[in-house]
Amino acid sequence: MSNAVPPSGSPDKEPATETPAARTALGTTGSAEPATTPGSPEPPRRPSLGQAFLENLWAANTFTVTLLSLFLAMVVGAVLMIVSDPEVVATYSYFTARPGDALQASWALVSDAYANMFRGAVFDPGAVGFQAAMSPISETLTYTAPLVFTGLSVALAFRGGLFNIGAQGQATMGVILAALAGFLLPLPPGLHLAVAVLAGALGGAIWGFIPGILKARTGAHEVINTIMLNYIAMYFLTWLIVQNGVQDPNRTDAISRPVDASAQLPRLFGDTLRAHSGIILAVLATWAVAWLLNRSTLGFELRAVGANPDAARTAGISVTRTYVLIMVFAGVLAGLGGSTMVLGSTATALTPLIVAQIGFDGILVALLGRVKPWGVALAALLFGALQAGGNRMQSYAGISLELGTVLQALIVIFIAAPALVKAIFQLRAARAARLQTSLAKGW
Amino acid sequence: MSTMAVEDVAVAPVDEGFWTRTRKVGSVLVGLGLVGAVLFGSLATGEQARFTLSEDSAGAALSIHGTLGAVLFGLVAVATGAAMLVGLPKRWFTLVLGVGLVGFVLSFLCWQISDAQPGQNFMPLVNIVRGTFILALPLIFGALAGVLCERSGVVNVAIEGQLLMGAFSGALFGSISGSVWVGLVAAALGGAFISLLLAVFAIRYLVDQVVMGIVLNLLAVGVTGFLYERLMQTDAARYNSAPRFSNWEIPLLSDIPLLGPALFRGNIFLYLGLLLVLVLHIALFRTRWGLRTRSVGEHPTAADTLGVKVLRVRYRNVLLAGVVAGIGGASYTLALYSFTKNMIGGKGFIALAALIFGRWSPTGALLAALFFGFADQLGTYLGAINSIIPSQFLAMLPYLATILAVAGLVGRVRAPAADGKPYIKG
Repeated sequence: MSNAVPPSGSPDKEPATETPAARTALGTTGSAEPATTPGSPEPPRRPSLGQAFLENLWAANTFTVTLLSLFLAMVVGAVLMIVSDPEVVATYSYFTARPGDALQASWALVSDAYANMFRGAVFDPGAVGFQAAMSPISETLTYTAPLVFTGLSVALAFRGGLFNIGAQGQATMGVILAALAGFLLPLPPGLHLAVAVLAGALGGAIWGFIPGILKARTGAHEVINTIMLNYIAMYFLTWLIVQNGVQDPNRTDAISRPVDASAQLPRLFGDTLRAHSGIILAVLATWAVAWLLNRSTLGFELRAVGANPDAARTAGISVTRTYVLIMVFAGVLAGLGGSTMVLGSTATALTPLIVAQIGFDGILVALLGRVKPWGVALAALLFGALQAGGNRMQSYAGISLELGTVLQALIVIFIAAPALVKAIFQLRAARAARLQTSLAKGW
Repeated sequence: MSTMAVEDVAVAPVDEGFWTRTRKVGSVLVGLGLVGAVLFGSLATGEQARFTLSEDSAGAALSIHGTLGAVLFGLVAVATGAAMLVGLPKRWFTLVLGVGLVGFVLSFLCWQISDAQPGQNFMPLVNIVRGTFILALPLIFGALAGVLCERSGVVNVAIEGQLLMGAFSGALFGSISGSVWVGLVAAALGGAFISLLLAVFAIRYLVDQVVMGIVLNLLAVGVTGFLYERLMQTDAARYNSAPRFSNWEIPLLSDIPLLGPALFRGNIFLYLGLLLVLVLHIALFRTRWGLRTRSVGEHPTAADTLGVKVLRVRYRNVLLAGVVAGIGGASYTLALYSFTKNMIGGKGFIALAALIFGRWSPTGALLAALFFGFADQLGTYLGAINSIIPSQFLAMLPYLATILAVAGLVGRVRAPAADGKPYIKG
């Protein structure tokens, strides 16, 4: 047990207090001075804001490391694109004779791919009219909404010291119950939607409760149990789809009846654009989780248990109860993510692959967002943009969509090892840096 | 303090009083047996249930009257459960448990086979045994990779990624070179590549090992999927047509009835996997390397004090694990199928389950992998005879069994003490 805590800093569990410029300004110049001298009209840190900003720009703070990780990931992605293109590789065979050919071909390939990614995710300069101009943003928001929920689910559990790999399974159960409520219950419009969304939350809650109660009662490790529950949920979904009353009577393949129109989330920018109000729910959920973590009693207990269960127990916090509650809340969030998948515009009926990868992507999103609610929301936006851009890149530049997955994984690998990024770019150590995202714990 | 601790301790409750673990398991067995004798017995038909010793309905067979068999084998399970309830010597526990479970499965099979459509009331045992081993093979390699890693204290959730990368690079380089052996080496190196990333980030940069494993799985899915679409789909003849190992028949042994045709007419991977279980078992528990590995996984500080190079042992074992898993991945692409996107499809996680279910030991992992492989094969068989049991529920079985195992309902599993904890000298 002597080696439980890495020396490079404790896991980052504090609420968000990242204002690097201001903080380092205090740290660099004001540490020797008495910090609060109300009498002095000119505090010694007057010229520091701009200066500190520049100084901080190349320090290993959260923002810089994230940006550089993104850059590194794109470099590796570019290398992958080049080596997998036989024509470009051929130009390298005479690299010493005419290096210009190889460089130009590589640049054309890579820049075309990334430019298309940008056009698909953010803004297309060639677009004409409001609809076309909004289309990339709409796509990005559509992919972002479920990722916010699953990312929050993983992040919330992380803060309580639990590693929820089960967001995938919880989202699957959420999808199932939301869809069932969506096409089985004959309810009036507004109510139907609310019931369907909450049914998804309930499905996730049930699937979160199981590992929670097992962890609390028997000490069974939640990582193992959530992995196993992911697959149980997946097989349950594939079984359920082909049952009578669920399967679409007009189809022979594995697809369920479509969700009633009254249970679908309303679209935001008209019917042609896919962005739906799930993104608004996602922002509300982010706010709610931020409040829960930082302002509520339960959030305090949760963080206390996450920081040190033994100390929390000694202080009178029921660790078993907190574990169960953490997993139920995490399940609710992931289940809501499932609701937005099937009640939104991504799909309107159950299929075996409807959940896609949102649960596993949620883990990446949570890590990228430094397990803080608003950070998670921003990370989900980035991942949503990567997916939306990846779609366009695939259809216009002919680069496989899988590149998005590669980029996502690489970004998180670099984020997870800030020491590596620091070493590559020779970054200065940030004073306020607490970049250790990982909680070191075993089974 | 103590009163709070009693109420709040999050560990498995200790066996107390009358309801010891043996008695609990016994009562479960009695319940299962009763289900078999009563429910399966009443559902079974009067047809003969034939277990043929060949690949089809011909040849010698063990047959039994359907209803009689279901009831009889159910009663066997009841009897073993009752023996546990009454009390029996501890060393017999595993054996009796095994007999009871086999009785339950046989009771179930008697019902299913006798209930099948006319002309299909037989189960070709050679097919079943062979299929079990083929399906279990990637699980065996994967679980052994897990044993290597986790016994030295590095959690290996990246088994899936290692298998996938092995399968991919085996197919790619096997196709380019046209040689199975080059493919095999490339597969081992592909698995080792994922392992290298895991080792460097987990050991050098102290990234949480579970996190790293998950991310590496996604990376492997992404990279192999990307290169598959870019290279293999555009030019399958050149990049995705790896040569395959042929089946080797072992003289004499292949003439053993039932086991011979199922086991000793396999390909190199089958022999390699079984041999590896044996070698790893001996190496882990009988050699200096094994002692060091286990000590590093249980108590690295103590091992370090005694002069064991903790980090070096961990690096070496994690890389070896990648080699083993990479070869396991090649057992797909260099023997059975050509590469497809995400072709491992969760087998790596079942291998992880087998590792846990087999209590972090090579032989345990083998048995667990065979059990899971059998469940898989049974699903295929029941699908073929149009059983009313949905194959999806059989597919859930490995995962359910693992949850029950880690929850302490079927025996307790315990990971190596330092599993997942990075070691920092000093």
